[in-house]
Amino acid sequence: MLYAILCYAHEETVFAWSKEEEDAVMARLIEVQAPYAQAGKLGPVGRLMPTTAATTVRKGKEEPLVLDGPFAETKEVLLGFYTLDVETLEEAVAFSKALSVVNPGSSSYEIRPFYVFHPGEIKNSETKT
Amino acid sequence: MTDIAWIDLALTAARPQALGALLRYFRDLDIAEEAFQEACLRAIKTWPDKGPPRDPAAWLIFVGRNSGIDVVRKRSKNDPLPEEEAFSDLSDAEGDMADRLDNSHYRDDILRLMFICCHPDLPATQQIALALRIVSGLSVAQIARAFLVGDSAMEQRITRAKARVAKAGVPFETPGPLERAERLGIVSSMIYLVFNEGYSAGITNPDSAAFCDEAIRLARLLLRIFPAEPEIMGLLALMLLQHSRARTRIDKDGQIVLLEDQDRSRWDSKLINEALALLDKAIRHRKPGPYQVQAAISALHARAPTPKDTDWKEITMLYGLLERIQPSPVVTLNKAVAVSKLEGPEAALDMIAPLADKLDGYFYFHGVKGGLMMQAGRKPEAREAFDRAIALANSAAECAHIRQQIDKLGAVTPLVE
Repeated sequence: MLYAILCYAHEETVFAWSKEEEDAVMARLIEVQAPYAQAGKLGPVGRLMPTTAATTVRKGKEEPLVLDGPFAETKEVLLGFYTLDVETLEEAVAFSKALSVVNPGSSSYEIRPFYVFHPGEIKNSETKT
Repeated sequence: MTDIAWIDLALTAARPQALGALLRYFRDLDIAEEAFQEACLRAIKTWPDKGPPRDPAAWLIFVGRNSGIDVVRKRSKNDPLPEEEAFSDLSDAEGDMADRLDNSHYRDDILRLMFICCHPDLPATQQIALALRIVSGLSVAQIARAFLVGDSAMEQRITRAKARVAKAGVPFETPGPLERAERLGIVSSMIYLVFNEGYSAGITNPDSAAFCDEAIRLARLLLRIFPAEPEIMGLLALMLLQHSRARTRIDKDGQIVLLEDQDRSRWDSKLINEALALLDKAIRHRKPGPYQVQAAISALHARAPTPKDTDWKEITMLYGLLERIQPSPVVTLNKAVAVSKLEGPEAALDMIAPLADKLDGYFYFHGVKGGLMMQAGRKPEAREAFDRAIALANSAAECAHIRQQIDKLGAVTPLVE
């Protein structure tokens, strides 16, 4: 089964990390991901820019409305996602638990099975960090 | 990151909203700060055991509100206990609190907290210090180091600024749309002041360099609560773009590196991409303002892979637009630099000649003039302008930069006095 694992957290806190803190957290997250990546189970992983960079298109009565900001104003916001190809939900849960252990503060992971709509390929190197 | 480090970040992140709400309840900055401080101490005691709350700001407001009442009671020991109604409905706890946090109150709370730091009687440096202390929660010692003064001098300066704010009266009524727009403009300038202090003083003092990050954090916060304001998007984009070059604008000897000489591969592409996304959003509103235009100019530099690829025509056009919406001799001076890239130094010198009176005391004017004269082969006049610039330099780095220019001039016929 293919799972999307959506990471929610407080962005005020996450974006207040210093460079050192950020690097330390990222190193630990990559450590969790490494075995899955080596086994060919890890698909694209994304970090979302702050919600202030977000735009939402909502279907209106006539034309769709274009609104500034994220879809929902919540305390915890969607900050990033992983795609993972594993046999069971148990494995997806284990992966998410491992991420949450190394991720400081309160963070939640929503596990959503999905179908591949389009495998895609992103060529623009600027969008990679 | 340890638990305590995370809690510290969470407290800092929640501070503007929590302190803003407590200020609204108690209508007194000192009581609100004391109540917030008390709530933070409780958080440090209880969060490691019980785990952090899902909404740290709500938790701090709730706990802070109760401690604040104790503070008020202690202060008025000899007076009769204050009526509970004196504060905003303290009887009902969680349910009411959740409502309050979900409605729009907190936007104005945060805006008010930022706005009181911008009192027009306070000089720029005091506005910066006050905002960093009250809104950002930086320690007095941190701010003192950045301004190169002693702790007690900074403490005094902040206390005086606070007294000034209290005397002026904090505006507690909910602002109308026009008033809110005006406050947003004033607060935006204050945030840019904080950024610029970090940008210029940060060259020699790493303690001030942190102000840039702080200003970016404040602008993100402001945009999060006012998500559809294109000028805030512009301000944030502008600061992100300027900050993306932080690693390259000073070399390892502390010398200024001009934009065209910077190693563009070391610009922070993450910050640039965020800025470009914000600018795209802002432009959709079709309400250009000074921050958006300046950010658009900065973005054209960020988008050019090499200095030669810079779109000077577009930059000249944008400076023209900026001249119309916010006329100033400095804008014209910048436009002249862009024009010199397209039409050569003489055309630019013609443009800046009428600015000589207004900008006579401005370092950058003489620096630019000297550079243009040098390009035009008018060495003695270049030398004269550079000498003026050195006399007006604000830092050793600026001074050294001009000296380098003078070295490039080589031997020059001495000026006749």
